[in-house]
Amino acid sequence: MYNDILKHLPYKSSFLFVDNISELNKDGVTGEYTLREDAFFYEDHFVGNPVTPGVIITEIMAQIGLVVLGIFLIIKENGFSFEPDDVMLPLLTSTEVAFHKMVLPGQKVTVISKKQYFRFGKLKCYVEMMDESSELIAKGMFSGIMKKVDLNNE
Amino acid sequence: MSREETLNELKKVIAPYTTNKDMLSSIDDQTDLIRDLKINSANLVDIIIDAEATYDIEIDYDSADKMINVGTCLDVITEKLSQK
Repeated sequence: MYNDILKHLPYKSSFLFVDNISELNKDGVTGEYTLREDAFFYEDHFVGNPVTPGVIITEIMAQIGLVVLGIFLIIKENGFSFEPDDVMLPLLTSTEVAFHKMVLPGQKVTVISKKQYFRFGKLKCYVEMMDESSELIAKGMFSGIMKKVDLNNE
Repeated sequence: MSREETLNELKKVIAPYTTNKDMLSSIDDQTDLIRDLKINSANLVDIIIDAEATYDIEIDYDSADKMINVGTCLDVITEKLSQK
């Protein structure tokens, strides 16, 4: 019921890391993603031993925890008008993540994000990632901004 | 609070967000937060929020926009303190 928001995400195919949003309100978001067994990074990370890279874990947490919530908050605040020439880019401004468990190909992860604040266009959230037995995979503080780029003037 | 006292408090607010600790001790009105203290622009928001708590003031969007260097930060903080 919250998945309408996913059409606003500016990612596709190999770099889209959100399958479903199960909870979404002004204070936070919960979403799920299942790692594709044929994802591009497993062949090389690590050779013969596919393990999800920390940067991908971080990206999954950022897409669900910051970008989905950020778009939701912006729509709620001032209506999200998509001018054809404007591009809204969600940019990560800082992260601090601790990793507790490995994530293997095919595994399903749940990301839970709690808003710390959304002010002056910056969203800061405390984000946790859990596995299917609700054990902690990673946790950390994420911040980002939504930057409007006018392609005619750049 | 005198401008000097305000500045001393501001240094404590800024400290967690800059790695340029040497520069922090010698900042003046002209010191630019982004260029001189190498603070990432999104962390300016954290500095503003921390300043609100430290000085017990509220900083609106227009005032926040002016807070580019140490001098303008002090101006905004002083103005907000005087309105209390």
